Amino acid sequence: MTSPAREYTSVVRVAGPLMAVSGVGDAAYGEVVEVRLPGGGTRLGEVLESRLDLAIIQVFGGTRDLDTDITSVRFTGVPMRMVVSPEIIGRVFDGSAAPADGGGAVIPGKVMDIAGSAVNPTARAYPEDCIETGISAIDVMNTLVRGQKLPIFSGAGLPHSALAAQIARQARVLRDNEEFALVFGAMGITNEDAQFFLDEFEDTGALGHAVLFINRADDPAIERIITPRLALTAAEYLAFDRGMHVLVILQDMTAYCEALREVSAARDEVPARRGYPGYMYTDLASIFERAGRIYGRKGSITQLPIISMPDDDITHPVPDLTGYITEGQIVLSRDLHRKGIYPPIDVLPSLSRLMSGGIGEGKTREDHSAVSDQLYAAYAKGRRLESLVTVIGDEGLSESDRRYLAFSARFEREFIGQGRAGGRAVEESIDAAWDLLNIFPEEELNRISTDLIEKYRGGAEQ
Amino acid sequence: MTGRIIRITGPVVEADGMRGALMYEVVHVGEDALIGEIIGLSEDVATIQVYEDTTGLAPGEVVERTGAPLTAELGPGLLGMVYDGIQRPLEVIREGMGDFIIRGASFPALDRNRMHAFTPVAEQGAVATPGTVIGTVQEGNFIHSVLVPNGIEGTFVRVADAGDYTITGEIATVLVSDGKEVPVTMLRRWPVRVARPVAEKLKPGAPLITGQRVIDSFFPIVKGGTAAVPGPFGAGKTVVQHQLAKWSDADLIVYVGCGERGNELADVLRQFPALTDPTSGEPLMGRTVLIGNTSNMPVAAREASVYTGITIAEYYRDMGYDVALMADSTSRWAEAMREISGRLEEMPGEHGYPAYLASRLASFYERAGNATVLGSSDRTGSVSVIGAISPPGGDFSEPVTQNTLRVVRVFWALDADLAHERHFPAVNWLTSYSLYPDDVEAWWNEQVGERWGEMRREMMAILQKESELEEIVQLVGPDVLPEDDKLSLHIAEYIRESFLIQSAFDPADTFCAPEKQYMMMQLITDYARYGRVAVANGMLVSAIVALPVAKRLLRLGAVPGAEFRNYFEETLREMKEAFHGSGGGTA
Repeated sequence: MTSPAREYTSVVRVAGPLMAVSGVGDAAYGEVVEVRLPGGGTRLGEVLESRLDLAIIQVFGGTRDLDTDITSVRFTGVPMRMVVSPEIIGRVFDGSAAPADGGGAVIPGKVMDIAGSAVNPTARAYPEDCIETGISAIDVMNTLVRGQKLPIFSGAGLPHSALAAQIARQARVLRDNEEFALVFGAMGITNEDAQFFLDEFEDTGALGHAVLFINRADDPAIERIITPRLALTAAEYLAFDRGMHVLVILQDMTAYCEALREVSAARDEVPARRGYPGYMYTDLASIFERAGRIYGRKGSITQLPIISMPDDDITHPVPDLTGYITEGQIVLSRDLHRKGIYPPIDVLPSLSRLMSGGIGEGKTREDHSAVSDQLYAAYAKGRRLESLVTVIGDEGLSESDRRYLAFSARFEREFIGQGRAGGRAVEESIDAAWDLLNIFPEEELNRISTDLIEKYRGGAEQ
Repeated sequence: MTGRIIRITGPVVEADGMRGALMYEVVHVGEDALIGEIIGLSEDVATIQVYEDTTGLAPGEVVERTGAPLTAELGPGLLGMVYDGIQRPLEVIREGMGDFIIRGASFPALDRNRMHAFTPVAEQGAVATPGTVIGTVQEGNFIHSVLVPNGIEGTFVRVADAGDYTITGEIATVLVSDGKEVPVTMLRRWPVRVARPVAEKLKPGAPLITGQRVIDSFFPIVKGGTAAVPGPFGAGKTVVQHQLAKWSDADLIVYVGCGERGNELADVLRQFPALTDPTSGEPLMGRTVLIGNTSNMPVAAREASVYTGITIAEYYRDMGYDVALMADSTSRWAEAMREISGRLEEMPGEHGYPAYLASRLASFYERAGNATVLGSSDRTGSVSVIGAISPPGGDFSEPVTQNTLRVVRVFWALDADLAHERHFPAVNWLTSYSLYPDDVEAWWNEQVGERWGEMRREMMAILQKESELEEIVQLVGPDVLPEDDKLSLHIAEYIRESFLIQSAFDPADTFCAPEKQYMMMQLITDYARYGRVAVANGMLVSAIVALPVAKRLLRLGAVPGAEFRNYFEETLREMKEAFHGSGGGTA
């Protein structure tokens, strides 16, 4: 992409988020354009398809007020880039990386291509440092590990924002005091949500080590395609150039996917499921795979994307494709939320794929994995019995069955529902788990070895 | 031999001035010479899928033809390598270009400078036909046979002496029928989309022992067989694939990470060099070739990756090895086809997949098999293929799962509910199937014990019974069941909890030898038999459950293999005593 900037006024078609410019023989695929509106002002766009005589461009600011007469298009000769420097920390930007906090432009330190490059898989260091979030349902049962991408699957009206903010506030790595940064990328969130996060970060002092990119619900939808990439470029700079451990919160990836669908529909592409483009898996992977660690570099990127599931449907294409790319998921449940349990994490469909590498002796505690497995098995059985009881009543239940029912109820109320105030240390959470498991006679703890039962049963005081 | 780009849309490029180019010919696209492959021709316009990121390409840039199709490089030095989808060596790329993948990387798959110690086998004047062994090279723990390449027939005029040669060094000369002398090196090239020929395909042979109980004893696969592992996300497809790559008794493993997570490949690279092959005791990496085209790497190379992998597998099969190929996941491969097809504006079939999805899947799985390979000796070799499938929403009625089921003979259905309970491997015992048990029963009878087939059928019948009884329990509650049905439920629970659940992370349990599997089956079926007699004699199931020996059956998997025979005999003895002592009668 060495062509210098060229300018054309030959816009021939404007439709949806796209426009076509004729007579451009050498528009490079992925090249950035600046669109000058008839009424003044400029917007950014990107070449989606280039032919000998025509370039098709998606306009990130939306195509409102464009015409086919005066509008001029300047081809810059470069792909989409952003300017980064240590000064981005503490700043708030809009969805296109323009300052949104009243501050001036970022003084250039380094210019980075926002599409990023794929990490060579052989250069990846396997994530194995446990992050303590202070939330038992995560720390004990779905442990988050530094360099992991672990989305929160949620639904309208569920407290995912509060949970994400709480994790951002409490997260720490055991036995470690390295430099930490928070990057927040918001796509299509409401003004109230945006304000919630801003206040939260300000109150807790998190803003001092955070970078925010906010595309609000009333900002152009098409801009959402670049917002997460800007956030991740900033994160990569902080992690791999500056050696910081970066936690990236992306909310809401469903809004991002809708923008993707809008562009795809405007191009008359053959859709896959529910109108979403066939390349959505690849596209989402180009975002989520930008988490991780690299051999020989100090920093790491941990991603906590938030996905709202339309109609709480986990098989909807957005959560579905996400689940196939990310290393697990934290699923919020409307039932638990209705019962007044916070955080309403449904542990059964939740999963952390990197958990086994981050826990155990020397990391958390030797009984961690077995205790977690036992909690899963017991809670799953309790839930099965609950649905049985609603059909046949509880007369026919054995004593053992009743124990499982009692366990499930306490597990939800005490272990999962730890409330909003403060966090629990990992060991505290594991002890709390033993406290509940004490309900069962030893032979029913079949996922835990006899040695561990002897050592830990009865709680931490022994 | 050059054309000019006229259109770029994502990974698909059109170029004119390409008259005479061949379908599936490899081309170099643009100033950075990105690697691409021709997938459509119309007059002088070629449609090209590009194996690298096309950002920055512009109309007018050149397209250079190479005259050759996409090939894999084959020869000594493949084992232990990590390649991308078009066989570029990722570790070499990293040394040369850094931690991030930059476009236009051009490194040969096999090291041209490395010396290999060659030992001649063929003699001067002997007949040379495709597959004849010219000589051997020691590759790690394996004898790498250098074979006469396809298309060459004649007599050896010269065979090199024992010594060190590079893969491009001449190691033989063959006089072919038209009087020409053809030099032969150790380097082979083979078009990846074409199956390598064999002398004769054979019937399935011995089981591929994987050390996974639910596979070996319930739904076995054979050497040269095909299996599909579909499951929603989080059901454990990748762990199953990794377990097979680690523990199966194939000689060599080709692992294709097709459009999956970068950290999964990092996990393999972290674990395999440290783990040892249970049969040879050598590091696992020494018997493995990894193809890694992660989800964020270019989509067209993902499409090619499974073909690159199976070509390498066939190459080692031709030497007489049993090779197992794992493809994780074939859905990503199918989606890559869909994406390219969409860019070509082809008329879509089901779910937007191209109409040729079924035939591509079928011809891929058909490259598996047990065969007598080419060459004068009667060597046999096999390629087993195990493909993971990632059905959207976990719905097995989708096209990739359905079209795969038409061609594979083993189906391990992973189940989200089992995974939620942390029942791993989450293979559903009611919906999964294998068409090989009859083929492998003779092997078990001969090698392990005579009751394998009988015990297997009994255990599966109990699980089937359990699912029927559960429907009744759902309606009327468990307390109204007669005692013998309660016993079935109790035994079924042991089969599930003790036998089918197997921890991949417990060193004692991660690999379960056939002998241990057999003894575990014996303990459970004997317990069931004693129990039935006891119940018939009036003993209550609640009393059976309370017997101390019942507890001994709880954590069978965690008992280390070396101690298992003692544990087995002790348990059997206690069981006998317990049932006699409690008036249960004789079994």
